[in-house]
Amino acid sequence: MLRFKIRKRQEPLVWSSCLILFGALVLSIALSAVMLALQGKPPLDAMVLLFKGAFGSRWAVQDCLIKAVPIFLCSLGVAIAFRLQIWNIGAEGQYALGAIGATWVALQLPDQPWFVVLPTMLAMSFIAGGFWGFIPAILKLRMRANEIIVTLMFNYLAILFLDFLVYGPWKDPISFGFPMTREFSASAIVGKIGNTELNWGILLCILSGIAIGVFFRYTRIGYELKASGENIRAARYAGLPYDRLVILAMVLSGALAGWAGFLEASATINRLQPSIIVGYGYTAIVVAWLARLNPLYIGIASFLLAGFRVGLENLQLDLQVPAAFGGIMEGLILLTVLMGSFFIDHRIELRKKL
Amino acid sequence: MSIEFFLPLLAAAVQSGTPVLYATLGEIFTEKSGVLNLGVEGIMMIGALAAFVTTMLSGSPILGFLVGGCAGAVLSGIHGLVCLVFQGNQVVSGLALTIFGVGLADYLGTPYIGQAAPGFNPLPVPILSKIPFLGSVFFNHDSLVYISYIIPMLMWLFFRYTRWGLGLRAVGEYPPAAIAGGLRVISYRWVGILVGGCLVGFGGAYLSLAYTHLWTNGLSAGRGWIAVALVIFAFWDPMRAMVGAYLFGGVMAFQLRLQAAGTHVPSSLLLMLPYALTVMVLVFSSWKGQGTEAPAALGVNIEPPD
Repeated sequence: MLRFKIRKRQEPLVWSSCLILFGALVLSIALSAVMLALQGKPPLDAMVLLFKGAFGSRWAVQDCLIKAVPIFLCSLGVAIAFRLQIWNIGAEGQYALGAIGATWVALQLPDQPWFVVLPTMLAMSFIAGGFWGFIPAILKLRMRANEIIVTLMFNYLAILFLDFLVYGPWKDPISFGFPMTREFSASAIVGKIGNTELNWGILLCILSGIAIGVFFRYTRIGYELKASGENIRAARYAGLPYDRLVILAMVLSGALAGWAGFLEASATINRLQPSIIVGYGYTAIVVAWLARLNPLYIGIASFLLAGFRVGLENLQLDLQVPAAFGGIMEGLILLTVLMGSFFIDHRIELRKKL
Repeated sequence: MSIEFFLPLLAAAVQSGTPVLYATLGEIFTEKSGVLNLGVEGIMMIGALAAFVTTMLSGSPILGFLVGGCAGAVLSGIHGLVCLVFQGNQVVSGLALTIFGVGLADYLGTPYIGQAAPGFNPLPVPILSKIPFLGSVFFNHDSLVYISYIIPMLMWLFFRYTRWGLGLRAVGEYPPAAIAGGLRVISYRWVGILVGGCLVGFGGAYLSLAYTHLWTNGLSAGRGWIAVALVIFAFWDPMRAMVGAYLFGGVMAFQLRLQAAGTHVPSSLLLMLPYALTVMVLVFSSWKGQGTEAPAALGVNIEPPD
């Protein structure tokens, strides 16, 4: 009879971590296909449809890139907080508040030129999203309130506040009762690049990605942040300003999600309406963990998960698969990746029992 | 405000607090063993769906309730698999479980949206329900509410006076000592996760079988997360959990009544009340507490010995 024993590896496996990630993805996709089969949908056809819909044509890839923008920014933010072992689950609410901040500017300055309006929107969404990250940070530091629950409750509060605005004070009088603000003026809309459907938000992603990468690798504060995340107690003994780092991480984290909200309202929907909330903030957590908090990998992973969202739209249309299927896929990906990571620093030895 | 307004409100507070109470008790049980399970929201949804579908197919709400609990235990078993076997991060695993569970319940429940199932109906306790005031507030409900009065006391006795309860607490406080004392720590944690998940599943089952009697997407609406917050409010004490749950039930019932009465306050602002109260209660109790009430090893995995 075979017996097995688990041992910790002396050196963590590096080469196989890609393989493990790939294996986890394949396993979660296979499990998702089983879920489809349970509902009587053809699993293989559905998966082909999913991938074709996501990456099969120039238009599809373009759509993936558009959806990857908000996911990337939220995820980049989430990753900063996670680096410090601060569990910011509030990207969804910070995204909503960023959209609200940007919309407020767009509604206040309808007649100004774009070079006044857009930078103001950028700044306002940064402040609004950052503010929504700042409060949980303060509550954590001053009152020891658990940031996971506070940021999560702040998601519900922000989304309800957005509902309140678009159903009430900000409702477009000529919207025939639909909950939405009036369309932004042309100067409040982030433009498209050339004759593609892509908007300049991608540039913002690239710049923030590089900035965060440089911040962690080459700046003193970035280093302190990483060090504190690895061992809080040691960081405090070493005299690192832990409280200030927490505030910085949470504000930056919220501000980046706020930018995602700004781009989605301005470039994609051109107004504020409840349908702007589609769970990017939660997808961002999956992406951040999948990418092991690395800005470059976050880019790749947000493209991949955006692809699943685009492909899922095809499944919805052609096979009437409910949108909730996306949650199943994302949850399974995260669970299998968590399990797979075990093999990076553990190995299993098989032995014959005597 | 008159007694005619208050008595039904307090009774409604107990009823709408009950699903949160089951979920809070479940999470307390799991956290006492040192495992943080943030999948409560997803487990509640799966429990609610399993209970609803079983009841619809079999016609038996009791069977439905039990199946709801089992489904909760099975789903939380995934958390056990990730954290106890594969040493995964407990925070992230719980979040993944919520994303997965909410998605799965919405996905599998789509055909049942808007359908009704037989559920539990009020069953006044013979003598107790005649007590003025208290009778109509506490003893004029369905049988599941009465069960939820007994569970906190059982849990209290279990943690305080039984071998297994003490063992479970030891594993949550200081695993090395528990190992040295010869306890099978991983097994204890499995029990913590599965029994806790079962109670959370009961909370979900209560939602679909006794609270709404019908199925809608997003049925739990954040109650799972409120339960996680209430664990902190309750300082991991099952009896205090009752106070917290009924406080929330009260706010939810109050907010629903205001909406039904047709106030001028927009419903989106009224709906904020339970979430805002969660933040306030959490902040207040964390500030008042010593910061040492949580099981010391909460969220820390036990490494397999070499």
